[in-house]
Amino acid sequence: MGYSDKVRKMYQEQIKGIQDAGIFKQERLIHSSQAADIEVEYPAGSSLKKVINMCANNYLGLSSHPEVVKAAHEGLDSRGYGMSSVRFICGTQDIHNDLEKKVTEFLGTEDTILFPSCMDANAGVFEAILTDEDVMISDRLVHASIIDGIRLCSAMHDTFKHSNMKHLEKKLILHADKRLKVVITDGVFSMDGDTAKLYEMVELCDKYDAMIFVDDSHSTGFIGKTGRGTHEHCGVFGKIDIITTTFGKALGGASGGCVSGRKELVEMCRQKARPYLFSNTMAPVIVAGVLKVLDILSGSTERRDKLEANTEYWRKGLTEAGFVLQPGDTPIVPVMLFNAKLSQDFSKDLYDEGIYAIGFFFPVVPNGKARIRTQISAGHEIHHLDKALEAFIKVGKKYDILGKTKQEIIEKYGL
Amino acid sequence: MEEMKDAILEYVIEEYVEDEDEVMTYDTPLISGGIVDSFSMVSLKRFLEAKYKISIPDEKASPEAFDTVNKIVELVKEFIG
Ligand SMILES: Cc1ncc(COP(=O)(O)O)c(C=O)c1O
Repeated sequence: MGYSDKVRKMYQEQIKGIQDAGIFKQERLIHSSQAADIEVEYPAGSSLKKVINMCANNYLGLSSHPEVVKAAHEGLDSRGYGMSSVRFICGTQDIHNDLEKKVTEFLGTEDTILFPSCMDANAGVFEAILTDEDVMISDRLVHASIIDGIRLCSAMHDTFKHSNMKHLEKKLILHADKRLKVVITDGVFSMDGDTAKLYEMVELCDKYDAMIFVDDSHSTGFIGKTGRGTHEHCGVFGKIDIITTTFGKALGGASGGCVSGRKELVEMCRQKARPYLFSNTMAPVIVAGVLKVLDILSGSTERRDKLEANTEYWRKGLTEAGFVLQPGDTPIVPVMLFNAKLSQDFSKDLYDEGIYAIGFFFPVVPNGKARIRTQISAGHEIHHLDKALEAFIKVGKKYDILGKTKQEIIEKYGL
Repeated sequence: MEEMKDAILEYVIEEYVEDEDEVMTYDTPLISGGIVDSFSMVSLKRFLEAKYKISIPDEKASPEAFDTVNKIVELVKEFIG
């Protein structure tokens, strides 16, 4: 018995420590498909409650779109359920190839390689293209999956202050002696909803001879005039050396990710990236769904336009009601509460009002920057947003934070 | 000693502090206080090694040992010998 009582006890204590710290994560069961209106069982065992979902990454409302579901059914019928192989043995179908071409076209890059997830793309890409002669210089707020990828790579790494171009330039100068330099950032940062300064970053990379990497998971499909991503929005379309993105958020929300960019870098991933070599790629049914999503988005900007209008409406409503928001113009709209317990209580009261939105606090966001992160979708109608706004105002009044500044809220509730 | 403290504090402020109004002392918790995340600690370690011509083994460069300027000074002294 390797799993002795002593070992079991050790883990039980660790779990208790997580509970005591107030950071124990619990899932809420959704009994419907993903959409603006969902049916949730929470707390576990209670009867189902109809709520409005304000915290999905379903930015374009495509997760349960009838055309996408239909295309997935057709994919299932024509290409089967699974591949039972990694890509390079016998796990590649024509539609995998089609999707890589379509993504390349959509993102305006040279080539694309699919991964089981964007987490895998980020975990595999750096090790595949860099060695210990190189350096990775990353924004301090990049996503956890990028941090894992950096850890797996033998190149030196360094960080720069969030979106601070002066600090980035310093680091580029400091590491001038390295063979290759890669500057690494998220396109849209998932916790604050702010956009990377890609125009300035591309300029700096040109000046100091560095490559640039952007994770556009929270942008692809809706940021930029035709929804291509932050590179379109910032006027540097075609100038990003490596883009990673996910199919698990706006693009249908199932799963899968990719590395897209310079064709030699993509080829290196095909030869060397471990999550690509040693794990099955996206299932055919999902590939068929994403192909349809890209079809829809290439044909019309209607959904991203609606998302933009919804976002404006939501931000304006919250601002006029007197909430403190994190500034920005993406569909990630954080309502700042600063105090961790307040964010949890606020979220719970919202749920009682039929609004599903989660409180985030340390260590997910910095200490003293607790918030409710709301995420807007093209699947929301104005009546959803109005109802959510009404609930936010009611709960905001209860805690007396409307019209209060950051300092006043902190004085009232502490950090 | 004082000189080393000030040099390290100055580096920490320059390298990590975002909010210019933040009051920083030799005992401000850097890592447990969320000012330096353990991932970004690398540049601090590299700074110390270059400036004081030492080599700090990874197992000694724990988040606890790097948590305040005072503790960092202790650590560096250990290696300067
Ligand atoms: C910026 C960013 N990159 C990557 C991922 C991972 O995406 P996937 O679900 O495809 O692994 C996420 C998801 O949380 C993300 O927010």
